[in-house]
Amino acid sequence: MEMDWIWGLVGGLLIGTGGAVFLLGNGRIMGASGILGGLIDGSGRSNLAERLIFLVGMVLLPLLLWPIYNVEIDTHMTSNISVIIAAGLLVGVGTRIANGCTSGHGVCGISRFSLRGIVATVFYILAGGLTLAIFRHVLGVI
Amino acid sequence: MRLLLSFLAGGLFGAGLFVSGMTDTTKVQGWLDVFGNWDPTLAFVMGGAIIPMFFAWRLTEGRKPAVGGEFPSLPRPELDHRLITGSVLFGMGWGLAGLCPGPAIASITYNGWEGGLFMIAMLAGMIAAPRVGTVLDQMAAKA
Repeated sequence: MEMDWIWGLVGGLLIGTGGAVFLLGNGRIMGASGILGGLIDGSGRSNLAERLIFLVGMVLLPLLLWPIYNVEIDTHMTSNISVIIAAGLLVGVGTRIANGCTSGHGVCGISRFSLRGIVATVFYILAGGLTLAIFRHVLGVI
Repeated sequence: MRLLLSFLAGGLFGAGLFVSGMTDTTKVQGWLDVFGNWDPTLAFVMGGAIIPMFFAWRLTEGRKPAVGGEFPSLPRPELDHRLITGSVLFGMGWGLAGLCPGPAIASITYNGWEGGLFMIAMLAGMIAAPRVGTVLDQMAAKA
C-alpha cells in the first residue's frame, strides 16, 4: 500500500510514453474512448487497422506482464448488474459526447494546457466524486 | 511502421494502466472518495503521464509525425454544452463503477463477466451517443 504511489508514477510515465509515441510517431492523439468509439460508430473507418492494433497492444501487454507481476490481481469490480449497466452506458455516452475521457482530455489535453481538457477533467472528477458520495455514503448502494 | 508504432503505443498504455493499479476499481473510486478512505494514487498516474506528453507536445512544433502525415488539428479552445454535459455523464458512470474506457479495455481479459457486461453497456452507450447528443443540442437551443 505504501508503495502504491511509486507504481502509480511508473505506470503513469508508461502511459505518457505511449501517448508520446502515438503523437510523435503516428500524429494521433491517444484517447481510449476516441480510438474505440471510432471503431464502433464507423467514424474511424479510414484508420481501422491502426485503431485495432492499438487495442490489441492494450489488451495483450497486461497479459504478458501478469506472470512477472507477483501480486494477486483483483479489480474489485462490483457485481451489481444495474450499477454495471448504468455505469457503462453513462461512460459510453458521456465520453463520446464530450469527445474524450481520462486519457484524451486528461492526459493529452492537460499536458498541452488545453482549456477544454482542463474543464472536462474538472467536471468529470467533480461528477464522479459527487456520484460516489451519494451512492456510497448516502444510499449505500456501492 | 505505422501499425508497429500503434501496437507499441497501445502496449505502453495497457502496461501503464496495469502497473499503476488503475484497472483496480478500488483505487479509482478511492481517488474520488474524498469522504471515505481517500487514495491519491490516481494523481501520481495522471502526473506521471502528463510529463512525457508535455515534452511530446513541445517536440511537435515545426515537425511532422515520424510516419508522415500531419499532426492533428486541435479543437478551438471554446467550451460548449456538449463538453460539460458529456463530462458530467462520463464522471457519473466513472464514479459508479470505478472504470473509464482505458482501464475497461486493458482489463477485459481479467475483469470477469462484470468487466464484459460493462464493456457491452459502454459500447451501447457509444452507439447511442450521436442521438443523445442531438437531443442535448435541441435542449440547449431552447434553454
